[in-house]
Formats: sequence, C-alpha cells, structure tokens
Amino acid sequence: MSFLQEVGQWFLNPVHWQGTGGILNRLQEHVLMSIAATVTATLIGLPIGLALGHWGKGGGLAINVANVGRAIPSFAILVIAVQVVGIGATPAFLALVALAIPPIVTNSFVGMRDIDPELRDAARGLGMRENAVLLKVELPNAMPVVMAGIRTSGVQVVATATLAALVGWGGLGRYIVDGLANRDFVQVFAGAILVAVLSGLAEIGLAALQKVLTPAGLRLRDQPLKSAAIRKGAPQAEPAS
Amino acid sequence: MLLVSGEPWIRWNWVGSHLGRIWDALLQHIVLTAIAIGVGILIAIPIGLLAWRYRRTRGAVLASTGALYTIPSLALFALLVPFTGLTTLTSEIGLVTYTLLILVRNIIVGLDGVPDEVRDAAVGMGYRPFRRLMALELPLALPVIMAGVRIATVTTIGLVTITALIGQGGLGSLILSGLIAGFPTPLVIGAFLSVLLAVVADVSLNLFQRLITPWSRA
Repeated sequence: MSFLQEVGQWFLNPVHWQGTGGILNRLQEHVLMSIAATVTATLIGLPIGLALGHWGKGGGLAINVANVGRAIPSFAILVIAVQVVGIGATPAFLALVALAIPPIVTNSFVGMRDIDPELRDAARGLGMRENAVLLKVELPNAMPVVMAGIRTSGVQVVATATLAALVGWGGLGRYIVDGLANRDFVQVFAGAILVAVLSGLAEIGLAALQKVLTPAGLRLRDQPLKSAAIRKGAPQAEPAS
Repeated sequence: MLLVSGEPWIRWNWVGSHLGRIWDALLQHIVLTAIAIGVGILIAIPIGLLAWRYRRTRGAVLASTGALYTIPSLALFALLVPFTGLTTLTSEIGLVTYTLLILVRNIIVGLDGVPDEVRDAAVGMGYRPFRRLMALELPLALPVIMAGVRIATVTTIGLVTITALIGQGGLGSLILSGLIAGFPTPLVIGAFLSVLLAVVADVSLNLFQRLITPWSRA
C-alpha cells in the first residue's frame, strides 16, 4: 500500500473521528481557541491602533513594537508562556493573543494615517464631533487596512495554535507533534493536511469578511492601497508559524 | 515574574559550561537562514521577472506562492517529512518556500514602482529591454526588493526555530530541549539569541541597502 493510500485509510478509520483525540473534537478545540484569541487580540489592539492613528502620535513606537514582535519566534513566546503560567490551554491562549496584537495595532494605525487629511478636515468643517470623525469617517476609510491586519493575525493564530500541542494543549497540532514523537508519519501527514485545510479556510473566510466590511465606495481602491502599503514597508501578511 | 518550575530564568553556570553548544546552535541557525535566503533569492528573481514581464502569469504566480504561504510552517514541514525525512533538505524546502512570496511580491512591486517617465526616457535613448532592466529598472527597484529580503530574513530566523521539531533547528533546539527538560535556561538563551540575531540581521541589511543604493533616501 502506498504512503498516500495509508493516509487515506487513516482518514477513513472511524476511530480517528471519535472521542477526545478524534478529529471532530480536535478541530473544535482548534477553532474555538483561534476565535477566542483573535477576538481578544482585536478588542485590545484595535482601540490602541485607532487611538494612536486618530491623534497621530506614537506611530513609530507602534511600528517598532510590531517589528520586534515579528522577530520573536512564536515558538519562543509559547514556550516562555509555559514557564510563567504552566502547561495547558492558558499559556496557549496568552501566547496566541500576544502574537495577534501587533499586526492589528500597526495595521489600524497605518490605515488611519493613510486617510486623506482633507477628509478629516472636511468632516470637522461639517461640524462633526471627534467621536463622529473617528467612527463615521476615519474607521470606514481605514477598514480595508484594519481588516487586513485582523486577517493576518487570524491566519497566524490558526497556524500557531498548531504549535500549542507542544505545550500540552490539544488542537490539530496534536496529530503532528505526537506523530513526530512516535515516528508515525501517516498521522503526521494526515494532521498536516487537516491544519493546512483549516488555515486555508481561515484565510478565505477572513478575506470574505474583509470584503464585506469594506465600504462599497472603497472596494475599487483596494489594490493600489495594498501596493502603497508594501512600498512603505508596512506590515504584510506573515507566514504562519 | 515567578516561574512555575521555581527555577530561575537563567543559571549562568549552565551557560558557562555549555558555551560550545550554544555557539554551534547559533552557527547552525545562521547557516540554515543564509541557505534559505540565498536559494530563495535565486529562485525568486527569475519568477519575479517573468511574472512582472508577462502580466498574465502574475495572478497565478502570486496566488500559488500566497497559498503556500498560508500553510502553517509545522504543517509544511510535516507534509515533507514522509518524503524527505528528518533532514536539512526538509527544513530548507520549507524555509525557501516561505521566502518566495515575500521576495517575488517585492520584486514585482519594486519594478512596478519605476516611474513611467524614467522608462520612457530610457526607451527614447535607445535602451533595449535587457539593458533597461539591468541599468535602470532593477537598481530603481532595489530598495523595495531589499525591504523584501529584510522581511524574509527576519521571518526565516523565526521559522528556523520550528525546524527543531524535525531534528534541525539551530537555536530552536535549545528552546526545545529546555521545554522537554522543564529547564528554563536553554530556552531563554535560545529565544533571546534568535531575537538578537533577527535584529542584527535587520539592521545590517538596512545598512547594506543604504550602501548599495546611495541615491535612495527611503
């Protein structure tokens, strides 16, 4: 039987779908953990980025923090979290939130700063209060870039949650980590397929959300915005770790 | 901060007695990263040039490198292990794959950013496409391409730590052994040195870029 056939057999075996170690439960753990971490990181990072962008201060700091964040291997963050809070779901959650915050902060800051200042002036000239300027003018205009940050973070969280199997938590990474430990490459490969499919779905889902949340008038401008951001060295999607 | 294990973050006498091992891990980390970036650049330049020159291929090239980029690194390494084993080759295939999207995209964006007037002027002066590319377009695109090299390098340095799980890893092997033994010192050293390495690489590449593109004040 060829290797790929063995992998096929692995998926067809009903035992691998049931119970705590079954695919359905591991998938549920992975998805719930990723959603919890991404939502928490958004609740923390978005207000910070929007506030910095609105007042136009501390931007250098935000970008530098994000760059340092990029340099810290997620593996290291995860392992250090274990040293502080012990093994299990808590270090995984904390590490994932910590990883997800920087791209959200930088993107929301960059998105706010990239808004044409004339729009802001016009809004103030119309007599809008600061809150209204922020919520009705700046935020919708910054939405594509803000959502790009959340998308980057979300996909990265799904990817890094795989590593969390190393620190005694579940999720789909268990198949890869346990398989590597037992030299069971069929299980390793099957786990890798599951993880890759889930990340792909996360990317597609968040891209769709980004599209839906982008105001209709801005959709046409999507592409030029993206390349402008790359030229400025703004944060881009990072590979998932 | 208190540690669960009650161990101090760092035991300096362990560091003192394991300097050789730490040095080897650091060297392996640098070698794995350098190979990945070198091979990545060699592959990305032709792909980037083709995708830029023949616009029709661009969508397909960016979509396929983008799709590879979405696969979590641990999963990508795991997908390769059954075929290439727990080897350096497996690590490098994975690492190079991740550098490609960043490098190819920045090559395309950099070349796209060359002002049309400049290109028109060169055409008017009788520059043929190849000479235009070498004398004009590539040099003008260099700051953006180098920005891609920097991002790819910093990212790769982080990803190398994960290859510890398939028996490579450089500084990642220190982190992993600390995790397995429940002994914080090697993992703190490994994490610290990999961040330091990333920062040093980023700063030196930035200086290098300023040296080779004295005309740009980006």
